[in-house]
Amino acid sequence: MEHPVRVDGLRKVFKVPVRDAGLRQSVKSLFKREFREVKAVDDVSFSLEPGEIVGFLGPNGAGKTTTIKMLTGLLFPDGGDARVLGYQPWKRQKELLRRIALVMGQRNNLAWDLPATDSFQLNQAIYRIAPADFEKRKTEFVELLEVEDLVTKPIRNLSLGERMKMEIVGALLHAPEILFLDEPTIGLDVSMQKKLRQFLLDYNARAGATILLTSHYMADVVALAERVIVIHRGKILYDGGLSGLTGRFSTHKTIGVTANDLPADLSRYGETIERTPDKVVLRVPRAGVSAAAAALLQAATVTDLTIEDPPIEDVIDRVFREE
Amino acid sequence: MTYLLRYYRAGSRIGVLRDLQYRGSTFMYLVGFLVEPTVYLTVWTAVANAQGGTVGTYSTGELAAYYIVWTLVRVMNLAYTPYGWEWRIRGGRLNEFLSQPIHPFHRDFAFFIGSKVIWLILWVPVALLLSLTFKPTLSPNLIEIGGFAVAIWGGFAVRFVLLYLMGLVSFWTTRASALFEIIMAGELLLSGRLVPIELMPEWVQQLASWLPFKWSFQFPIEVLIGRLSPGDIVAGIGIQLLWASGLGVVLAVVWRFAIKRYAAVGG
Repeated sequence: MEHPVRVDGLRKVFKVPVRDAGLRQSVKSLFKREFREVKAVDDVSFSLEPGEIVGFLGPNGAGKTTTIKMLTGLLFPDGGDARVLGYQPWKRQKELLRRIALVMGQRNNLAWDLPATDSFQLNQAIYRIAPADFEKRKTEFVELLEVEDLVTKPIRNLSLGERMKMEIVGALLHAPEILFLDEPTIGLDVSMQKKLRQFLLDYNARAGATILLTSHYMADVVALAERVIVIHRGKILYDGGLSGLTGRFSTHKTIGVTANDLPADLSRYGETIERTPDKVVLRVPRAGVSAAAAALLQAATVTDLTIEDPPIEDVIDRVFREE
Repeated sequence: MTYLLRYYRAGSRIGVLRDLQYRGSTFMYLVGFLVEPTVYLTVWTAVANAQGGTVGTYSTGELAAYYIVWTLVRVMNLAYTPYGWEWRIRGGRLNEFLSQPIHPFHRDFAFFIGSKVIWLILWVPVALLLSLTFKPTLSPNLIEIGGFAVAIWGGFAVRFVLLYLMGLVSFWTTRASALFEIIMAGELLLSGRLVPIELMPEWVQQLASWLPFKWSFQFPIEVLIGRLSPGDIVAGIGIQLLWASGLGVVLAVVWRFAIKRYAAVGG
């Protein structure tokens, strides 16, 4: 089966005007403007499988949103190629735009001053949704997200989380085959985030839609995506399973030991991260984990011992800081 | 075509609903619009009275008719301004339009068509008040009423496409307000908005007839107040059609280049 999204050596360079501070520099820039080239996306290649949910990770300015904008036809690339459902997205063919959806967490697609239901009707006309399908999907999504009472309130009167739910409903009414989600849970409280994640999982399972998701909340990525693409400074650093990310970038594991007779000096086993009278958490190089665990079992009367990978947030943080 | 008609019905409905939501502020805008023609009317009525009851070929009653119809044309040719484009592009607010399978032009055009419904309803008491105050000489025949019904939409189309085209300058520079100010000043002088073009020097009249502004403003007014022959009305509507379609073609070409420059900032 053909890849619904295929990206091949995609590049985007922004020309940014630069000048030093001060009146003199300001006047100088009137006559001679200087620019700096910023490679926002630099030779990026990947493809998505049908029905796959992929987390697209990177720090601010890594190139995630720029890539998504190119894949949804908002931006023209400076090089490379991409195909979304077989179309070059920046040609903005209606046949493609009718089959995809873009939700940006910090943006409103729905009319700000009107109740969501009015914008939904506009979307019905824009996407040529058959009346029966429209009613069925709207009722279903509104019920699943528990927003029956909110669809008749003007968008401006809704909370951020409520607005985001409406945006998601509006974006899915035409049953997109590919969903691009850029920070969909930004600013939402934990329970709202959970609800949205579950809803997206359900949609993915029922519609078989492919989802590319960016988020700064690792909980989103862990809950939704089995595969992640890590991008930094416009280049892909990693493309693979979420579990493989830890193995690839994390050089250490943590060993937690509970015992009443822990030795005072544990430096020979690893770096102490936390310590209480009867419990210690050590950071141990991956290669030495088995030996350290065995030695600890010998050195004290251990009642509990755990070996864990570091939290995914720490792994990602390490990747971005060290790169 | 059926798709576009369906879309226009839904899109213009949004315009109606939005203005209904803000009917109070819409009415205040309308009252604000009144200040401009009222000033013109007061000045020109005083000038006419000082000159024995006429200014050029306009009597005081005809001047009153001119500026009262002016208010209707002004309401009808409200369009998406270049300032709006500047705001959209600087803030990356075009994303929502570009990610949907319909050209932003249709979205805006349909919206502005719809928004006229509320403006027109609110215009009626304003026009009545002006008529009672300034006593216009206005007795159009059926041809003039029919011609006006077409010309007022033609004027809207010309102005909408023209302003939309100017708005695209924002794709090249996000500080285009100064340019827009110049163009708006040109429109004020050469459209018949400030003063009937007939009262301007000959060279200004010549210049105005070669520019689109007059066809979006003075031409529909002249049709209704009975200053044009049936032949002139038909020819004028033809010129409106030429301007709207010609500018539309230019818009389509410029759009293809403009959109490649969209940096989608702020999104």
